[in-house]
Amino acid sequence: MPDAPEKILLECEVNGQRVSIRAHPMARLLDVLREDLHLTGTKEGCGEGECGACSVEINGALVNSCLVPALQARNTKIRTVEGLAAGERLHAIQEAFISTGGAQCGICTPGMMMAALNLLARNSAPTEMEIREGLGGNLCRCTGYVKIFEAVMSAAKEIGARG
Amino acid sequence: MRSNLPAYELREARDLTGALAMLASGGGSESGEGAWKPFAGGTDLMVLFEAGKLAHKRFISIWNLPELRGISESPDVLTIGAASTYADIRRHPTIAREFPLLQRAAVETGSIATQNRGTLGGNIANASPAADSPPALVVYDAELELVSANGSRWIPYADFHRGYKQMDLRPDELIRNIRLPRGRAGWKQRYHKVGTRRTQAISKVCFAAAIDLDGRTVRDVRIALGSVAPIPFRAAATENLLRGQTLNSDLVHAAGETLAGEIAPIDDFRSTSRYRRRVAKNLVIDFLGSV
Repeated sequence: MPDAPEKILLECEVNGQRVSIRAHPMARLLDVLREDLHLTGTKEGCGEGECGACSVEINGALVNSCLVPALQARNTKIRTVEGLAAGERLHAIQEAFISTGGAQCGICTPGMMMAALNLLARNSAPTEMEIREGLGGNLCRCTGYVKIFEAVMSAAKEIGARG
Repeated sequence: MRSNLPAYELREARDLTGALAMLASGGGSESGEGAWKPFAGGTDLMVLFEAGKLAHKRFISIWNLPELRGISESPDVLTIGAASTYADIRRHPTIAREFPLLQRAAVETGSIATQNRGTLGGNIANASPAADSPPALVVYDAELELVSANGSRWIPYADFHRGYKQMDLRPDELIRNIRLPRGRAGWKQRYHKVGTRRTQAISKVCFAAAIDLDGRTVRDVRIALGSVAPIPFRAAATENLLRGQTLNSDLVHAAGETLAGEIAPIDDFRSTSRYRRRVAKNLVIDFLGSV
């Protein structure tokens, strides 16, 4: 057996703040966020990249944080659901999920909102099919999805109206 | 059952030369246990890791190696760096225009999050018979560049898979590039993945085909399928039946029967042999009937 490898220095930016911690290189970004940085908004669902509950952005790309090893998060810019609101002011996507009833138990909601954020950054006026594709990697067992799609549509309009 | 984290090593390669030197070192053990293996976007390996099923323990991250990234064009070929992601592939205009089957494969793989991390080289080296991109690569007569500390060699992708998870790839080698010959833009093409849902599905049958017609005469044709054999399957008997012939309904149905006869799919938790054979037959009939 090889010697137990040492932890690495993980320097990155999370929600606009510089972070520097020691982590095992194979540690899941999901665990680093939740356990080391106490950012527990990101949820663990399946732990195998199927459900999207752990979705975050790395350098603007949507990823499943359960499948990203800490080593590959070095020197990146990470955005989690905690990075959506500006202080007490909720993001339009958060407001839309509340007003349309797009959340029930809430486990999928952070991942859904991150997938929505990522979609709207790429496509500011998505069709329903494009929303279905953008959120296709996120599973919800409560809402039946329709209210979630309505939330994204509503957020797109709100963001568009604000210019 | 989660894996024991400290038992695993993951190191960053400085550059391609450094990565190849580590692969060539063998890790100093006879058994191969200590050898370094490549780790790209992690969409397959991290799943095994989390499930406690990742037997190998030492990995070298090739995710950030610029030598493995980028898609370049010359008049004759399109060359795709092996660590290009599905996201890179799906938004590349030349791939969309000239290699639509590969673009569809990228669009239909996993989810947006998977597409941002999964790499074409990883999809090839993971060697799943159900992978989405191999049927497209087979249709396009793709070639692979395999590199090691001792140099580089090009091989036809059609010769790469030797059996279930068996590949023409030495432990000290990496897939560096995937090369696609150009000049098929005039061919009629179809990619059809059959799964349980549009996103995040692993295929029951995956079909890719391209046909070059002169009027109704079949000048040339390629047909490849995933999830019907231990390796990506090229339907050679069906192609041979079609080549040089006039496309009419008798020939189309004969092609369906030939395809159903030349594949030997299995029953597994995703589908049955009977369903797969029937769907494969229907897909080729539908394709040939539509061109």
